Amino acid sequence: MIFEAVHEVLARYPILTAFGLVGGLTWLGYAIADKLFRGRIHGSAIAIVAGLSLAAVGGIATGGKQGIADIPAFSGIALLGGAMLRDLAIVSTAFGVRLQELRGGGMMGAVSLVLGLSASFGVGAAVAWASGYRDAVSMTTMGAGAATYIVGPVTGSAIGAGPELIALSVAAGLAKAILVMILTPAVAPAIGLDNPRSAMIFGGLMGTNSGVMAGLAATDPRLVPYGAMTATFYTGLGCLLGPSLFFFVIRSLAG
Amino acid sequence: MAIYGTALLAACLLAGVSAGMLLGRAMGIDADIGGVGIAMILLVLGTEKLRATGRLGQETREGITYWSAMYIPIVVAMAAGQNVMGALAGGVVAIMAGAGSVAACFLLVGILSRSAKGIGESGASE
Repeated sequence: MIFEAVHEVLARYPILTAFGLVGGLTWLGYAIADKLFRGRIHGSAIAIVAGLSLAAVGGIATGGKQGIADIPAFSGIALLGGAMLRDLAIVSTAFGVRLQELRGGGMMGAVSLVLGLSASFGVGAAVAWASGYRDAVSMTTMGAGAATYIVGPVTGSAIGAGPELIALSVAAGLAKAILVMILTPAVAPAIGLDNPRSAMIFGGLMGTNSGVMAGLAATDPRLVPYGAMTATFYTGLGCLLGPSLFFFVIRSLAG
Repeated sequence: MAIYGTALLAACLLAGVSAGMLLGRAMGIDADIGGVGIAMILLVLGTEKLRATGRLGQETREGITYWSAMYIPIVVAMAAGQNVMGALAGGVVAIMAGAGSVAACFLLVGILSRSAKGIGESGASE
């Protein structure tokens, strides 16, 4: 009876439940980082991995697409971690940033966007070809999925890919976002990701908003506005170039 | 008042995303191009203007900085709402495509950030 009463309250105040759950996860992440790893791994990185694990639990328990938020009591997670508050928090990190710093990396940012999209389309299309999907529509759709899980379905439906292939491209984009979240803090020292300029390059090359923001948060939160500045152009540009330029190039190569 | 800061922040995001959507429409796609980036520039310009005229009080600032302090918790919530099983359900092909793209881009970050340092466009600021 107590359980039912508590559950009812949790489901009725979803955003408060989300505050509590995320507070607990964050505390746990920082406690593990401090006690178990003695600060060698950042607490936010562990909290993010804990969040992903909960998302897997939610997915297994409900078969839904929104991780732990598919469990009614935790539906507030979808609001707290959704695009609206996420974008509000990203923009707020620009407060106190000097405009020259954002402008300084403009050219490098543009180069990294074009290179990042080309690399993702190229690798995705190559993996598709190697796996037996050898027609231009399949290769382009997989390449678009390797860009982001939004570019994938947008490009796929524009060039007439089937639903199975579109689902595959979304899965590729999800895998990319999750890998960027987990790997960025570990790889950051090796690739020189420690200043605003390299963060802008990183944002433009990776492009996946969720991956870039979680990856930078776990590496150095001061870099977030710079990575977000370029990553914000990636998905739109990908949706623009995917069904047009990249499709034509891949079609001419695939014959 | 704290709400002034939060209202300014929200207005910047709404204006930025609207501009991004218009930019997308102008290019013939139904997607936002650079909305968050435009919003960030608006916020930087707006707060610098207010600061210059002495109207950016402590509480107004707190209405903005609260949200940047909530950044990591929001990222943790975002992680908990990811379709992790959807990524695994795509099997080896999907994971290979994602992982290959990530590996290639990490390599490119290393190469580009090093060459950017070599050129030293405006001198190393760090």
